[in-house]
Amino acid sequence: MHPIRKKRLTIVLFLVAGIAIAVALTTYALRQNINLFYDPTEIAAGKAPQDVRIRAGGMVEEGSVQRDPESLNVQFRVTDYSASVPVQYEGILPDLFAEGQGVVAMGRLNAEGMFVADQVLAKHDENYMPPEVAESLERAEKRKADAEKAAQSASY
Amino acid sequence: MFPELGQLALILALLLAVLLSVVPLAGALTGRDSLQAFARPLASGMFVFTGLAFAILTHAFLVDDFSVAYVANNSNSMLPWYYKFSAVWGGHEGSLLLWILMLAGWILAVAIFSRKLPPVMISQVLSVLGMVAVGFLLFIIMTSNPFDRMLPNIPADGRDLNPLLQDIGLIMHPPMLYMGYVGFSVAFAFAIAALINGRLDAAWARWSRPWTTVAWSFLTIGIALGSWWAYYELGWGGWWFWDPVENASLLPWLSGTALMHSLAVTEKRGVFKSWTVLLAIVTFALSLLGTFLVRSGVLTSVHAFASDPERGSFLLMLLGITVVGSLALYAFRAPVVHVRARYGSLSREIFLLLNNVLLVSATALVALGTLYPLVLDYLELGKLSIGEPFFNATFSPLAVATGLLLGAGIFSRWKKTDGGWLARKLLWPLAVSVLATAAVMIGYGGFAPWAFLGVFTAVWVTVATLWDLWDKSSSRKGRLHGLKRQSRSYWGMVLGHLGVAMVMAGATVVSNYGVERDVRMQPGDTAMAGDYEIVFNYIGERSGPNFSAQYGEFEVRLDGETIAELHPEKRNYSVGMSVMTEADIDAGLFRDVFVAIGERISDDAWAIRLQYKPLVRWLWLGSLVMAIGGFLAISDKRYRIRVKDVKAVEQESGGTAAGKPAEVTG
Repeated sequence: MHPIRKKRLTIVLFLVAGIAIAVALTTYALRQNINLFYDPTEIAAGKAPQDVRIRAGGMVEEGSVQRDPESLNVQFRVTDYSASVPVQYEGILPDLFAEGQGVVAMGRLNAEGMFVADQVLAKHDENYMPPEVAESLERAEKRKADAEKAAQSASY
Repeated sequence: MFPELGQLALILALLLAVLLSVVPLAGALTGRDSLQAFARPLASGMFVFTGLAFAILTHAFLVDDFSVAYVANNSNSMLPWYYKFSAVWGGHEGSLLLWILMLAGWILAVAIFSRKLPPVMISQVLSVLGMVAVGFLLFIIMTSNPFDRMLPNIPADGRDLNPLLQDIGLIMHPPMLYMGYVGFSVAFAFAIAALINGRLDAAWARWSRPWTTVAWSFLTIGIALGSWWAYYELGWGGWWFWDPVENASLLPWLSGTALMHSLAVTEKRGVFKSWTVLLAIVTFALSLLGTFLVRSGVLTSVHAFASDPERGSFLLMLLGITVVGSLALYAFRAPVVHVRARYGSLSREIFLLLNNVLLVSATALVALGTLYPLVLDYLELGKLSIGEPFFNATFSPLAVATGLLLGAGIFSRWKKTDGGWLARKLLWPLAVSVLATAAVMIGYGGFAPWAFLGVFTAVWVTVATLWDLWDKSSSRKGRLHGLKRQSRSYWGMVLGHLGVAMVMAGATVVSNYGVERDVRMQPGDTAMAGDYEIVFNYIGERSGPNFSAQYGEFEVRLDGETIAELHPEKRNYSVGMSVMTEADIDAGLFRDVFVAIGERISDDAWAIRLQYKPLVRWLWLGSLVMAIGGFLAISDKRYRIRVKDVKAVEQESGGTAAGKPAEVTG
């Protein structure tokens, strides 16, 4: 083969092989690391997969935060005001974590329906609401309104 | 009174920018010198008026003029003066004004330092920069006016600067980052100008090189400052989170690094021209993308201020115009050149080509991981996030591969390198690196495959760089003479590569051998972090100028001896009602010991985070070394264009319109 063509062929082969490897690795890594978001209603309805790393978010239910005085274990419930999910976490919570505030947690749902979080994120300032949480609250609000409407029309 | 003058100054700056983007370009295209002569005065005028606007806004902050909405939202009378000063860029509008001021500064710098360039070239470059300025001035005047007033209800006091931003790291971080972002617009303008007049030659590469390098150096410092600030100020000791906002600054850095290297090939060998132009366009587009991501509110983070869809769409439009316009120009004008410079399949050109392939792949990966969730969300296909493991798993192999190639590439020659010779050359550095890596592994006690690869790469880059320096500096007149003989740009490269090695070493070691523990502690308790014994002595209250704080006292002991006393705090800012964790760190060249207070668990027990962070400082020191390398490289005397050279360049490129590589030796 002509040396220039040979050189070009090697370069092209290199490129194709490189791109193939890159695409394969990327897809694999992506598949492993995409974290889908579920709101409490979806989790309570059993729509969220067990033992897969997901994100869950909502408002921290008033009066639900229980700290173990002997360790760093914390339990609280996250709600969208139509369903709520118990969350367990071990470690330090963010500065702005508080009851009645929006949070997003990363972790896995176990067989007992408990969300075992390995990371809890709270807002950066007092006005900020995680967008997923804001949206899920809106959805829950709408469902409630629809349900009330349905109940009203049924009583007529 | 003053704020209105500020707005007027901005409008005048816009008018000058419009003139700048039209007049010199028209002059260059029609060959009228009289029009081109306007370029420099217009550039200076624009700088003066943006500077005036910035000064007026600063004045409003320093005198607590809360009738200006932006001041009222981002400052407070109790704030110390230096934070009032840095609060100027603590919010959206002001940081945009800073962006524009930097742009005007870069334009002025181009006007001043390019006097020796052919006037046609300089007119076109300044005009393109003028267009960029028009875009951003329109943006600030139409959507984000920092001089808006709150009349007639002037608030008695301001809403305070976000406490996260009350910090020295934050005074420095945005200006440095913006210098980098905006600086790439110069490389972009040079590329566009070269496309317009069809002169993609070695001279063009030589002129854009120093500007690119200096922008890259600033960006490096800016990113490092951001990482450093996140490390101690966000409170929990992470230094890189693969947060979309961080990625937004990493994207132009990666492609800018590729651009620097491909510019070197274009200058020295006259090849890769079209590729280099494309990279210059992409790098600037990524800077704009970064600005869009951070400022539009599509991302929620410390950086996203009030989100306003109008702003987002304006920035997106600006980005679209830039990308579509410049790519169209590229498609029409990028020369299909037959490059006559030959290079073998093993040569420095090929090594640098591979370097570019790897860096661009890394850019694409980071862009994919950052944009994929945003695009899905926008199309309402679901909310998802792509976590750190994705980036770690895909970015690390590319970083290691880049480092390994770098070490071999340093020894390679232009045009053709003999494979056998290169292999023999690499043998000793390879042996030394393996031994040194093994020693490091034993020192940190524990072998892990990724740790080995990362440390090996860092050591390999260091050994190869120093080995090459040793080879090059051998001289009959003695080593010192040989070292002195090396050019500043060579020293710049050495420092740049050593800096990369430091960052790699730091990142690998701190990720693999760092210790992070959350523990429950009561005053009097002791806990271990690595080899360090940490004693919780006491916790009390103290109050600062605009906050009250829980104030702890910890003792750090090594082998029974007290080596430091740390005072982490939990602050409560009264105005914004926000809580902030202030970690305290015993910093050292080889390790940090880090203590932060978490929440109160019971009456006397606290959650405490303890960390042992080996080599974490190397991340930022390495970045600094890289940036110093960049600044050193541009001070090389061959970039000081002399009149004689310019003439030679003009003659040469005049005769090589077809794109024959113009070898210019300086």
